[in-house]
Amino acid sequence: MVSVEKILEKHDFDIEGGNFNKAGTVSTRIKSILKHRQLPDEIVRRSAIVCYEAEINIVSYAKKGVISLTVIPDKIIIEANDEGPGIPNIELAMQQGYSTANQQIREMGFGAGMGLYNIKTYSDVFDITSEVNKGTFLKMAINLI
Amino acid sequence: MKLREVKEILDANVIVGEEKLDMEVKTAFGADLMSDVLAFAKAGSLLLTGLTNTQVIRIANVLDIAAIILVRGKKPPMEALELAKDLHIPILTTKYILFETAGRLYTRGIVGCLEKVEK
Amino acid sequence: MDIAAIVKQLNLETRSAKDRLKNMVTGGYTGDLLSDVMANSKAGDIWITRQIHQNIVAVATLKEHAGIILVNSCEPASDTLDRANQENVPIMVSKLSAFELTGKIYSMLAEKK
Repeated sequence: MVSVEKILEKHDFDIEGGNFNKAGTVSTRIKSILKHRQLPDEIVRRSAIVCYEAEINIVSYAKKGVISLTVIPDKIIIEANDEGPGIPNIELAMQQGYSTANQQIREMGFGAGMGLYNIKTYSDVFDITSEVNKGTFLKMAINLI
Repeated sequence: MKLREVKEILDANVIVGEEKLDMEVKTAFGADLMSDVLAFAKAGSLLLTGLTNTQVIRIANVLDIAAIILVRGKKPPMEALELAKDLHIPILTTKYILFETAGRLYTRGIVGCLEKVEK
Repeated sequence: MDIAAIVKQLNLETRSAKDRLKNMVTGGYTGDLLSDVMANSKAGDIWITRQIHQNIVAVATLKEHAGIILVNSCEPASDTLDRANQENVPIMVSKLSAFELTGKIYSMLAEKK
């Protein structure tokens, strides 16, 4: 656990499942918070990508979810916790090109099976746990040092 | 080259960002799949796409894309337009298909980008 | 210009219908949305995409494309390959991005005209 005195920034954002009009607003917000802290561009960009993919996953598949941003001196931690169908086979879901997205999601340019793969690629630490019919929990960290 | 030259090469209309036409651009990424854009497009690139929804604008913001070029004469819906203005992301629209758009830019010296972020 | 010329110059690897590389390429279409490609591409186009599922074979057959090139090192799914061999649709793969591959093929087509 991160001790309270070390936390430089902590925010929780609610995400509404199925609302594609609002999808991405949290990532835009998180990006601007990190930019405001004057972190390096590449770090901000990677954090925003990770956050965006997690946000799109929640909007695409879950009923609702929460994304939280924590900044401590040596890393940025992004957690995504949703109430949704869960992922029966995580190993399969991690594969590039594997997707269960419906036609609506695909027509918007998503569902190419790159989401979790991108998250893993862009974060330094990536952890995923999921329970079918309950939800999925992602924890990502991006090192600052 | 400057964004102004991109506009001329593509006979494009500037929908958002007239004030940014002197910006320098060197690389481009063309795709209709947003996950690919997230995986591969380099910061500062042009994004060439046929998609016009608000997510394209959000992704351009997330990735620090220099400008969005909409192909096949596509016009963004009002909410995408407003968002692009708020986030200061230029949008150009060209009547050419993606093949012609990419071809014209490539032959004039814009290069592709297929890069993973370095950790 | 036939597909074989593109394969040779751009170091593509052919994954299906290897006996159809004499197909003539008269234009190109780059796109990942099947509905768009269905609506706007032309016969004789070489189709540049990163879509790998078997529906691409149906689109290429219906639109009488010269062939399909997959970019970003994407590989066709196995049912896509089976279908492409049945329908005689050549599928090639490239390490390049769609932008760069399009640019190179565009230049080749311009030279031949």
